[in-house]
Amino acid sequence: MGRYIIRRLLYMLVVVLVVSMITFLLMHAVPGGPFTQEKTLPEETIRILNERYHLDEPLYVQYASYLYAVFIPHFTATPPSTSYQDDFLLNVNIGPLWIRWMNFGPSYKARGRTVNDIFRDNLPISAQLGVMSLFIALLIGMPLGIMSALKQNTALDYFGMGVAIFGVSVPVIVLGPIFIWIFGIELKWLPPTGWTAKPPFFLGFLPSSLNWEFFQHALMPSVALGLGSSAVIARLTRATLLQTIREDYIRTARSKGLHERVIITRHAMKNSLIPVVTVLGPLFAALVTGTFVTELIFGIPGMGKYFVTSITNRDYPVIMGTILLYAVFLVLANLAVDITYAYLDPRIRYD
Amino acid sequence: MAQLAFDPKSIGAGGTPLTQKRESLWQDAFQRLLRNRAAVLGGSIILLLILMALLAPMIAVKPFADQVLVDQNRVPGWLVSIFPSMEPYAKFSSDYPLGADYVGRDLFSRIVYGARVSLTVALIAPLISLIIGVIYGSISGYFGGRVDNIMMRIVDILYAFPSLLFIILLMAFFRSTISDIEPGTFAYALSRLDEALGGLLFIFVGIGLTAWQTMARLTRGQVLSVREKEFVEAAHTIGASNTRIMFRHILPNIVGPLIVAETLAIPGYIATEAFLSFIGLGVNPPTPSWGSMISDGSRAIRTYPNQAIFPALALAITMFAFNFLGDGLRDALDPRLRGTQ
Repeated sequence: MGRYIIRRLLYMLVVVLVVSMITFLLMHAVPGGPFTQEKTLPEETIRILNERYHLDEPLYVQYASYLYAVFIPHFTATPPSTSYQDDFLLNVNIGPLWIRWMNFGPSYKARGRTVNDIFRDNLPISAQLGVMSLFIALLIGMPLGIMSALKQNTALDYFGMGVAIFGVSVPVIVLGPIFIWIFGIELKWLPPTGWTAKPPFFLGFLPSSLNWEFFQHALMPSVALGLGSSAVIARLTRATLLQTIREDYIRTARSKGLHERVIITRHAMKNSLIPVVTVLGPLFAALVTGTFVTELIFGIPGMGKYFVTSITNRDYPVIMGTILLYAVFLVLANLAVDITYAYLDPRIRYD
Repeated sequence: MAQLAFDPKSIGAGGTPLTQKRESLWQDAFQRLLRNRAAVLGGSIILLLILMALLAPMIAVKPFADQVLVDQNRVPGWLVSIFPSMEPYAKFSSDYPLGADYVGRDLFSRIVYGARVSLTVALIAPLISLIIGVIYGSISGYFGGRVDNIMMRIVDILYAFPSLLFIILLMAFFRSTISDIEPGTFAYALSRLDEALGGLLFIFVGIGLTAWQTMARLTRGQVLSVREKEFVEAAHTIGASNTRIMFRHILPNIVGPLIVAETLAIPGYIATEAFLSFIGLGVNPPTPSWGSMISDGSRAIRTYPNQAIFPALALAITMFAFNFLGDGLRDALDPRLRGTQ
């Protein structure tokens, strides 16, 4: 297992390097730069700006220095300063020595802010939304799938699978406006837009006060985003549970007179959980990227706005930073899923 | 002995002969599909949508791009019964069946024309992903060994790249390249074509470049399972070429699952186009796309919810229809899978 994890981590490093290279090349292959779009800038100013952000250097030098700033931990004796060229995401102090890691650089367009500033203030909000919607997806999807499987071919089953078809057919850009209109405007049950959690965050991403107001604001966006994934979970749970309850060991459990509830929870559920765990990785990816649009619709101050505007503004460091960070998240999520998988099913051997 | 000979025509439940008219796999599947009510409903909706898209100029009388600024945000009277919160401030006009948007364009026309974009994506994107994916996957699966290993590692790495982020990057790349290419080059011709298609070309390229990996994996798996069968061995023995075996013997045997997978992926492609247009990287304005209409509309959702709700409903109905059809197709082609996935 240990060797497997190490191999996977190395593989992850390769993936992240490839991702960074593709992103870097795609961004820089376009003629012009982040400062050429503003037609009013005199040439001299552009030259100075390019020099300041090292955009006048050859591409491979830029790429190498970016990798160095982001991936290689820096060991220095100087404590972190407030300079925006020198802003690291991770600062660990051991005696006189500072270990500092991940400098994503300054944003070209958000004046005076670094990419790390944006990460610190806005990423936690996206993370809250993503985690909430994953919970919603599991909370709706699992019971729905179990119910459909146990009552196969009854009205309950058709209802459950109807909800699932509905869920996969309404993406968040459909469900979002409809929710806002029904529950936010006509019925006035929930606030139509906004988010209450603000920095500083507890443990880096948790809202510092979990009050009723937070959940009121979070409910609609989380359900709108999570429903599609809950449909996937529901269908899969139903399919695997249907398969499991036809297995011999379930018949054995029945014949020795176990209570039906025990059979389902102890024997069937545990075994049908395995495929569900495997889709959590891709689902998490869908949710994470889905937060962008959800945030735009519900006016949530997460990463979405920054990422979308950074693309049109060609704010290289923000684009690079966001994509790298998300890629690392997703690969880590997949790794976590695979490890859970091995734990749940001891038959699976990786080496 | 002659009397004991089994005559299939004579026995059978209810006196019907046991022999059936021989049906090919596809006819059989089609019969099963027709018995599935949800799939028939989905298929009919898709046919209606195709008709609507083709006959758009006759159905939508008003041009979709005409901005009548004095008529901005107009609503027809009947809308108030669905959207009561609009009543105090709405300006009424019966010229627009579903209302006018924030620059005074007819919402109904834009929704009707928007079907063209979504349906084109539903038609072309699967083709692109099929072509790339099947070629890649079958080469990988057929030759196996080291070729397979390298080709699949590449797919694995691309797979880890979050596809929506990748497609956003690609679109940003295409969109910002368009502005400054010198005429006469291949890229210039492409960008002109893209312009003529209202920005659709690069959406296809973007979706195609991200969607083929799933198809490649599926094709490879299927090829691996068929490759060792006797009929392939027989074809080898009589000296058939690799290409011939691939296309004449293996491909026809694996095409069912591929079509099912691709049909089930169509709602995803439609959603991707809507998503891209929503964040402003999709079709070029003023081409109407449901995604960009939802984006425009959701800015005014507190005051004029109709501007976002109607295109959202159109998108949802289309995705429903394709999901129903895809599910039905899967059940029809492989009844064993009924109710799974």
